[in-house]
Amino acid sequence: MTAGPDAPLLDVSDLHVRLPGRGGASLHALRGVDLRLARGESLALVGESGSGKTLTALAVMGLLPDGAEAGGRIAFDGRDLLALDEDGWRGLRGRRIAMVFQEPLTALNPLQRVLSQVMEPLLIHRLMPDRAAARERATSLLARVGLDDRQARAHPHQLSGGQRQRALIAMAIAAEPDLLIADEPTTALDARLRVQMLDLLRELVAERGMGLLLISHDLALTARRVDRLAILYGGRVMEEGAAAGLLEHPRHPYTQALWAARPRLGAGRDQPLHPLKGNVPALAQLGDGCPFAPRCPLATTRCAAEPPRFDGRLACWEVSS
Amino acid sequence: MKRAGFIAGAVLTALLLLTALLSLVWTPWPPEQIDMARRLAPPGAAHWLGCDQLGRDVFSRLMAGARSAWLVGIVAVGIGLIAGTALGLLAAARRGAVEALVLRGADLGHAFPALLLAILLAAALGPGMTVAMAAIGLHAVPSFARLVNGSAKSWWARDFVLAARVAGQGPWSITWRHVLPQLLPLLIVQGTTSFALAILAEAGLSYLGLGTQPPQASWGRLLAEAQTLMFEAPQLALAPGVAITLAVLGLNLLGDGLRDRLDPKEQPR
Repeated sequence: MTAGPDAPLLDVSDLHVRLPGRGGASLHALRGVDLRLARGESLALVGESGSGKTLTALAVMGLLPDGAEAGGRIAFDGRDLLALDEDGWRGLRGRRIAMVFQEPLTALNPLQRVLSQVMEPLLIHRLMPDRAAARERATSLLARVGLDDRQARAHPHQLSGGQRQRALIAMAIAAEPDLLIADEPTTALDARLRVQMLDLLRELVAERGMGLLLISHDLALTARRVDRLAILYGGRVMEEGAAAGLLEHPRHPYTQALWAARPRLGAGRDQPLHPLKGNVPALAQLGDGCPFAPRCPLATTRCAAEPPRFDGRLACWEVSS
Repeated sequence: MKRAGFIAGAVLTALLLLTALLSLVWTPWPPEQIDMARRLAPPGAAHWLGCDQLGRDVFSRLMAGARSAWLVGIVAVGIGLIAGTALGLLAAARRGAVEALVLRGADLGHAFPALLLAILLAAALGPGMTVAMAAIGLHAVPSFARLVNGSAKSWWARDFVLAARVAGQGPWSITWRHVLPQLLPLLIVQGTTSFALAILAEAGLSYLGLGTQPPQASWGRLLAEAQTLMFEAPQLALAPGVAITLAVLGLNLLGDGLRDRLDPKEQPR
């Protein structure tokens, strides 16, 4: 079941996820997500909190919470991930799909030195002949992300937030995965470090020919650092396309509103921000129609009643691609 | 104040351990040597705490009793700690039916009277130190299992465990490398407190005749033998009573002090 060379590395089609809710009710959290990612390509999944971006990442890693039901198809290198059992997952996770976490303090074991945590994926997947080789490899990986020998031998609490995030990145790329998922890898960092971290990720992905799936709520920060963008809202992809084109000509009303709402560096004080009107609707209150309809300036009665189909570029009744 | 308690506990416990170790190579008199001429001799220069109704040196028997207390304590806590920790970790790693089975089993074990367990074991194996060790140890298993399960589950929910799963680690490797090391402070504190309980339980079982058998010395046996002579020679009951009290007090103070020092919640981030 191996795919041809031009088949996408990751192919998510019509992904639905239902989460168990209170009193036996279930929440329809992902309502048909479509994503395509080729080798060596970077894709940012952008959306507000609650749009389903982290859930999508967890589904791709096979780490959905207990009781969650997934439907649709997630194909990784031609294999259907939703049909995989726990043993099958163990061979993939860390080896072929790796993840960088949001919170660099809690994602490291406080009792272990950074170096031995970076050695772990190498040893688990038996990629090195012995511990000495793994140690050497881990040291050079840490050096690649900018941590010296002394920092490699430190415990996590002795490092700064940025250094810990670098260590996590080294851990994630240790086994040379084909796909790297980074879930808001920059939220815990200050603005200058965010840019550094994204640039580091982009370099590593280009260097090693990995696919990068970047999860973010920050359109302005990610937009210029990835090849393609997918805009998520209410568990659906609203718009998808090459980053440059999508920002020059955002077509979906939601993308337009999101782009207009970004704060601009160097803008005068008197230039107002343009916030989106209203709130992200709670999942339980989401109707059958387009999730953005209640806040959309172009919404019609059809929008509220019937969800628009995603045609590979856009999901909107009023704007056509 | 807290610091003083910790130091006092550590000193008392160290003293108890040294006494038990010393009794292996030296006691003022052979603890089991009977001499009717010295029967109920009062405390004096030759016999520091006097002699019992068979003329045995009380101080020497007290030292030998410390040895029994430590032996039973170590083996019993070892059984409870190892079996309980293994079950608790298994339940936390597997969840679901396995966890339910372990926890309901722990409920059952808790509900089963400890003394009845000791009597049953004594009936099966014949009374002796082994019965005391097994009964006290088995009785400690449920508390350790529950404690470890609860704490291990909270560590399983941490991001770095998720990160380890994402890195492809299996549940056993995560348990061994990421969960168990976090539990060590908890296990040290709980082990110390259980040790005090085990010493008390060993004295109780020996007093009832289910534990250490004569002529071997044990604090509980010394108390039982002194009971009939309470008015003639109160020092015979006082000596083991004070020894038991000091040992339990020392271990509890040590346990509390260790809790204050090792509890991760109290450590600055």
